[in-house]
Amino acid sequence: MLHDDTGRTLFEKSRPGQRGTGEIEWDVPRVGLDTLVPAKFRRKKAPRLPELSEGEVVRHFVNLSTKNHHIDKGFYPLGSCTMKYNPKVNESLARLAGFTTLHPLQPAETIQGALELMWRLERMLGEISGMDSVSLQPAAGAHGELTALLVVRAYHLSRGEDRRKVLIPDSAHGTNPASAAIAGFECVTVKSAPDGRTDVEDLKSKLGPDVAAFMITNPNTVGIFETRVEEICAACHAVGTQVYMDGANLNALVGITRPGDLGFDVMHFNLHKTFTTPHGGGGPGCGPIGVKSHLSAFLPSPRVENHEGKFTLAKPATSIGPVHGAFGNFLIMVRAYAYILAMGPEGLANVGHTAVLNANYLYAKIKEGMSCKFDGPYMHEFVLDGSPLKALGLHTSDFAKRLMDFGVYAPTIYFPLIVPEAMMIEPTETESRETLDRFAEIFLEVLRECKESPETVHSAPHNLPLKRVDDVKAAKDLILTHPFE
Amino acid sequence: MSGSIVPEDLKYAPSHEWVRIDGDVITVGITDHAQHELGDIVFVELPEVGQKVEQGKGLAVIEAVKTVADVYAPADGEVVEVNAALADSAGSINADAYASWIAKIKISGPLSAELVDAAGYKALL
Repeated sequence: MLHDDTGRTLFEKSRPGQRGTGEIEWDVPRVGLDTLVPAKFRRKKAPRLPELSEGEVVRHFVNLSTKNHHIDKGFYPLGSCTMKYNPKVNESLARLAGFTTLHPLQPAETIQGALELMWRLERMLGEISGMDSVSLQPAAGAHGELTALLVVRAYHLSRGEDRRKVLIPDSAHGTNPASAAIAGFECVTVKSAPDGRTDVEDLKSKLGPDVAAFMITNPNTVGIFETRVEEICAACHAVGTQVYMDGANLNALVGITRPGDLGFDVMHFNLHKTFTTPHGGGGPGCGPIGVKSHLSAFLPSPRVENHEGKFTLAKPATSIGPVHGAFGNFLIMVRAYAYILAMGPEGLANVGHTAVLNANYLYAKIKEGMSCKFDGPYMHEFVLDGSPLKALGLHTSDFAKRLMDFGVYAPTIYFPLIVPEAMMIEPTETESRETLDRFAEIFLEVLRECKESPETVHSAPHNLPLKRVDDVKAAKDLILTHPFE
Repeated sequence: MSGSIVPEDLKYAPSHEWVRIDGDVITVGITDHAQHELGDIVFVELPEVGQKVEQGKGLAVIEAVKTVADVYAPADGEVVEVNAALADSAGSINADAYASWIAKIKISGPLSAELVDAAGYKALL
């Protein structure tokens, strides 16, 4: 391909004198840089910037973009965790000048609209989740976990209780123990029962007056609803332990049930997973937390308050203080607010049902080939046990790489840890039946190849710009620099 | 599971550590089965010499390409020696899991009751 020159950097392609635009005619007097900037602030040597024509730059980036997998190009089998559809209209609304030209240090009287949006979004999330108060400050789900645990700690300390332990199931997201450890707690693992749910007896044996919180994901990471959740909450509350819901899988529940009604005291939301804000790239993100009223006074400050239509900022004395500059990532909140308004109560009521239907439809189509370790019913996702591949000399990682040859992304693999050779699949509520059918065909085709021509799978990918990456070298000896000269 | 090497002269934990007992000093590593399950090992976080360890608690951390796993101490005691060579060549565990020991512990209590002999370990695989 003549224009497929993406292996070279813009610097390597640079040729002196190339420009994106021609010489500009000035209609104001030209003033030299030396009169504008004192010599001591000017660099001695001109910056080395690549010199290319506009067309070359556009082709460079367009060619690079076609080599990536992205949501505008194809399906992701672990949607809400990896990448899922975000309505384009969200982007237009977040770019409105009335939002983008605000400064976080403006007086509250001059940002009434932004404050009102935050106040309303807090209440919408509260209504959806059954929580009494919401903070939008945390910058991501894991940051929400940490913030919520600090709120829980402040609550216990306010009652004179210095509880040091947090209980976490062995199927949990790795962020749960990480957040608890950073918040200063000791993590204690609770076992999973043979059905993939929390071993409630093991939990009860570990509960006590030294336990600050129990963190649980519901539906859990193997896509199964924790049916004994009310018993779990009651057992925790009997000894004063707060029950935390990791809201990573909230999209499975939206419109069906509410964490607050199930007995949870505190939770986080991942706006990108359930409320269509952009995924990945390290942010900016938003991981709000919701709490029951007994924890409200400890939420991060500043808090937006509504005094008969006049919005003000308050710093309650009992608050744990700010956990992010200003208010958090405001433009992400705008996107979630736009989504909730666009969906309306009727639209949101279908989210959970559609997410669950899509996952179970897809599982029904592929389960003859590969099945789950735990019996369902499954909620919005299911976790396949890839260990039968080992008899064919293959691993889940080989299978995932071969899937990518067919133009779909790989599912999350090797998580959760309680399933050997795990392959986690969540089509989400946003994919069509046709897309699910096509993915099922691809999945079963790769499974046939595993049996008939395992070498094809073992040496995959074959159709991608990059072939097998040397994982060991990448982990031990990763070089992220490029020689400049 | 076939193919994994299980030497007769060692004891084994269900969490896939091997233990060589020499008086009150034990040598701990991970089994051939464990290295096989973990895949390519890229890093071992070793304990410090002199560090106190508790039975069933973390002794070392093994980082493989696709996962990270704890190595558990089979008894209470104090670390008296670590295999510093693993800092540069963690992959030697993949090559020979029984030559690539991780740490030696001077024990101050009984060995874990869960330890089994080679036949018992083979039955677990």
